[in-house]
Amino acid sequence: MVGIQPVESSTAVPDARGHFGRYGGRFVPEALIKALDQLTEVYTEARSDPEFTARLNGLLADYTGRPSPITEVPRLSEHAGGALIVLKREDLNHTGSHKINNVLGQALLTQRMGKPRVIAETGAGQHGVATATACALLGLQCVVYMGEVDTERQALNVARMRLLGAEVIPVKTGSRTLKDAINEALRDWVTNVDTTHYLLGTVAGPHPFPVMVRDFHRVIGLEARAQMLARYGRLPDAVAACVGGGSNAIGIFHPFIDDPSVRLVGFEAAGDGVDTGRHAATLFAGEPGMLHGALSYLLQDSDGQTIETHSISAGLDYPGVGPEHSWLKDTGRAEYRPITDAQAMDAFQLLSRTEGIIPAIESAHAVAGALTLGAELGPGALLLVNLSGRGDKDVDTAVKWFDLLEDK
Amino acid sequence: MTARLGPLFEACGAQHRAALIGYLPAGYPTVDGSRALLQAMLDGGCDLVEVGVPYSDPVLDGPTIQAAAEAALRGGVRLRDVLSVVESIAAAGGRAVVMTYWNPVHRYGVDAFARDLAAAGGLGVITPDLIPDEAQDWLIAAQKHDLDRIFLVAPSSTDQRLASTAAATCGFLYASSLMGVTGARDVVSSTAAELVGRAREYAPGLPIGVGLGVRNSAQAAEVASFADAVIVGSAFVTAAGAGTSGVRALAADLATGVRRPAPQPA
Ligand SMILES: Cc1ncc(COP(=O)(O)O)c(C=O)c1O
Repeated sequence: MVGIQPVESSTAVPDARGHFGRYGGRFVPEALIKALDQLTEVYTEARSDPEFTARLNGLLADYTGRPSPITEVPRLSEHAGGALIVLKREDLNHTGSHKINNVLGQALLTQRMGKPRVIAETGAGQHGVATATACALLGLQCVVYMGEVDTERQALNVARMRLLGAEVIPVKTGSRTLKDAINEALRDWVTNVDTTHYLLGTVAGPHPFPVMVRDFHRVIGLEARAQMLARYGRLPDAVAACVGGGSNAIGIFHPFIDDPSVRLVGFEAAGDGVDTGRHAATLFAGEPGMLHGALSYLLQDSDGQTIETHSISAGLDYPGVGPEHSWLKDTGRAEYRPITDAQAMDAFQLLSRTEGIIPAIESAHAVAGALTLGAELGPGALLLVNLSGRGDKDVDTAVKWFDLLEDK
Repeated sequence: MTARLGPLFEACGAQHRAALIGYLPAGYPTVDGSRALLQAMLDGGCDLVEVGVPYSDPVLDGPTIQAAAEAALRGGVRLRDVLSVVESIAAAGGRAVVMTYWNPVHRYGVDAFARDLAAAGGLGVITPDLIPDEAQDWLIAAQKHDLDRIFLVAPSSTDQRLASTAAATCGFLYASSLMGVTGARDVVSSTAAELVGRAREYAPGLPIGVGLGVRNSAQAAEVASFADAVIVGSAFVTAAGAGTSGVRALAADLATGVRRPAPQPA
């Protein structure tokens, strides 16, 4: 059991105020600073408290089902130019995605802070479901903000959250997607900060969220690195993950940062294509700016207004990205590439049919990326792909995309 | 550095009253419409206007200001229009500061924005999502172009942060009277007076304005009894629905409030 572990050399970043190079920091109203300071303090304390780590690692093992396995996928790999693809199976976690790793950590911190109420944003609904689950488990009150567009395309997850006892509030402002759900959660937080923890679901937001959420997800990469060494006797040539806010990607990337032979490749949502303007490829096409409390790459217009994004994947449909990814891009340690809706849906179907694994559409972006990456790396290459979630929630979208209910 | 807003607070002090500050977003309902509304606020009795920069993600604003900002953005308002609105106010002899979320300024270029705002006759900037800890380039630009830098404090601010925020502030300190987003409220919470009391200890001589929730002359009078400025936003946005006459009437009503001794609690 790997669990939460201290981070060594690759933590020259962030600095004490949450800066990854020029990125990160805290661009938030003063009203939130006290809560962010408290969270930083409680988190720092908890990390080195054996009781806390034992409790968290216990839940990760007995409740979530960690360690998640790695699965070799030879029939999919036939489409990857001779490279061998290995999936890290975060889809097998309880609640169906990587999101639970971070949620359990923060839910325990909420208890430690003595706050009775949790709020969260959700795009695909996976973070909302994980949060509702942890709140049910720990007896916390739970409110989830979700863009109205997303409540429609991820209706199954809305029902799951409600079953778990959470209140789901559809957000009708702006683009009615993830960005606006975060705005609404921040407004709630600023109003109710004394009683409420904002359980942010990705590595974006003001310090300490990017570093704390990363640390809760590092278990993905720590396990995978050990599993690859044990099974193949060597490290992968590349690690691939999809990038929305960037939590599953940083979780699997981070333990490999100090392995120079391992390429780190993030795949962003290119929607209809990066040159159509209808996409969410923040690192590929954005420029530095502030959104939701941190400086990072951002899809914005020439006046600094956030641009509305498009992706078939609700979890990647976000104009911002976690600041550590911006830093990894600028330093060249990681690279970020766009994957269109069509490429992702092809990979979604291919993985389903070749391996019997229906991925989340978010994760299908990483699978699609791995297919092209494998072709570039060539025969004999070993590719580790983070399968961040499972696709049950996406069946409706797939039905529409592939016309599955038409008799043909 | 002497504050650009120093003379305003001296004049109000000499009259033993609080200043009245009104907010409206530029470009609402149109750029020229907002010019007229802001002028009407000054004509009605505001001592200073905050010209708001409409922003796509206003996390510190409630529904009223959100809707106005969204309408202004749909109308195509640009940051250079905000500067032109400031310029017309200043040209007519009025005092204006800009209220803005930070990304539009970051994108424009912090120094370039400070330069152009100063050239337009603006007196300073209120920065709801920029704390002094992250404001190094703004502090430098503001000094260089002689602009006031108005930071916010909140009921949750620790004494230490009240001190450091006050030290970075020039013009006036903006005290958000309660925890929450903008929007008119029926009662002015008692946390406002407490916050101002605490802030005074760390900000001797620095004027303190109180905002978030004030909408009528009685509330204005109450806030004026303990603060140096009464700041009104959402109520003006609502009044803007009735055009310049609505805005002028609200300003006039509030102006009597800031001149009236506070009603004694029964
Ligand atoms: C399965 C899955 N993968 C990935 C993401 C994207 O988030 P992140 O980039 O933080 O991993 C989501 C978000 O909803 C998700 O549900």
